[in-house]
Amino acid sequence: MSNEELISKLQELLPEATLQQGNDFVELTIDSQQLLPVLNLLKSSSDLSFNFLFCETCVDWKTHFTMVYHLDSTHYRHNVVIKTNLNRELPEIETACHLYRTAELHEREIFDLFGIKFLNHPHLRRILLTDEWVGYPLRKDYEDPINMIKL
Amino acid sequence: MDVTITPPSEPFPGTVHPTDGGGILLSTLDDVINWARSNSLWPLVFGTSCCAIEMMSTAAAKYDFSRFGFEVARATPRQADVIIIAGTIVNKMAPVLKRLFDQMPDPKYVIAMGACATSGGPFFYNTYSVVKGADHVIPVDVYVAGCPPRPEALLHALITLQEKIKSGYTRDQIRTEMKPDVK
Repeated sequence: MSNEELISKLQELLPEATLQQGNDFVELTIDSQQLLPVLNLLKSSSDLSFNFLFCETCVDWKTHFTMVYHLDSTHYRHNVVIKTNLNRELPEIETACHLYRTAELHEREIFDLFGIKFLNHPHLRRILLTDEWVGYPLRKDYEDPINMIKL
Repeated sequence: MDVTITPPSEPFPGTVHPTDGGGILLSTLDDVINWARSNSLWPLVFGTSCCAIEMMSTAAAKYDFSRFGFEVARATPRQADVIIIAGTIVNKMAPVLKRLFDQMPDPKYVIAMGACATSGGPFFYNTYSVVKGADHVIPVDVYVAGCPPRPEALLHALITLQEKIKSGYTRDQIRTEMKPDVK
């Protein structure tokens, strides 16, 4: 499905979501509460069939976090990006790992480095850093006076 | 410290005293041992990032460091003489590097290849995870500049290390006794 067809199709399925054509991918901005229903719809719909989560990451905008999900369809070879904003005081979102098993690993990494809490994740704990590590290093306000030399 | 490159006309340390039907070679045992040592340095297979690609290129056909006796790369520290720190050392890797160095038999030598191994390089500022120079973990004999250094630079470092071994001084002697006068 081409990006134009994808936009009109998604517009029809999700009237309340914001759609935008990015540099490469169609970008779909949704409310964080809507994540699981939207993912479920995109995965199960037979003419969309987004069955592969090829990237999941987070962005710290200082005022808020943005979770970014890159989906691919191995049947139709079309892609979509889902973005959802999170509150910086209480960054919580439902886990995607019951729909896409790969999210289990990605979400542990995001938890490790950004401190996003994934609800209903089977074992949310640090993956790269040591268990006793304090703070989340990829946050923009992270301070580490021992290991970091500030420019 | 100036490094003098031994001219190829002196391949073996010592002088030949001609006699009838041949000759007698006069040398000291230390010189011969150092000569032998410097020409069969076995590097450890150790690469942590992009410098390792340049190190592999130095080992491959075009640059071929086996010309200088470095070809026997060992996958175990127990058989290696020199460790080329080719890449970034992060805090998690530092204890592993220390253990590898400790497992190497004496005499052992270390080359810090590239900006990361020398000082942390591009990761010096605003990084929580990178060791700011591998010499915080193990003593280094030769530093190579570059990000990453070209194979010629690594070859120069390897030859410099050979000259250092042939000079017969230990790392500590070079640091203390051969220190240039500061005016």
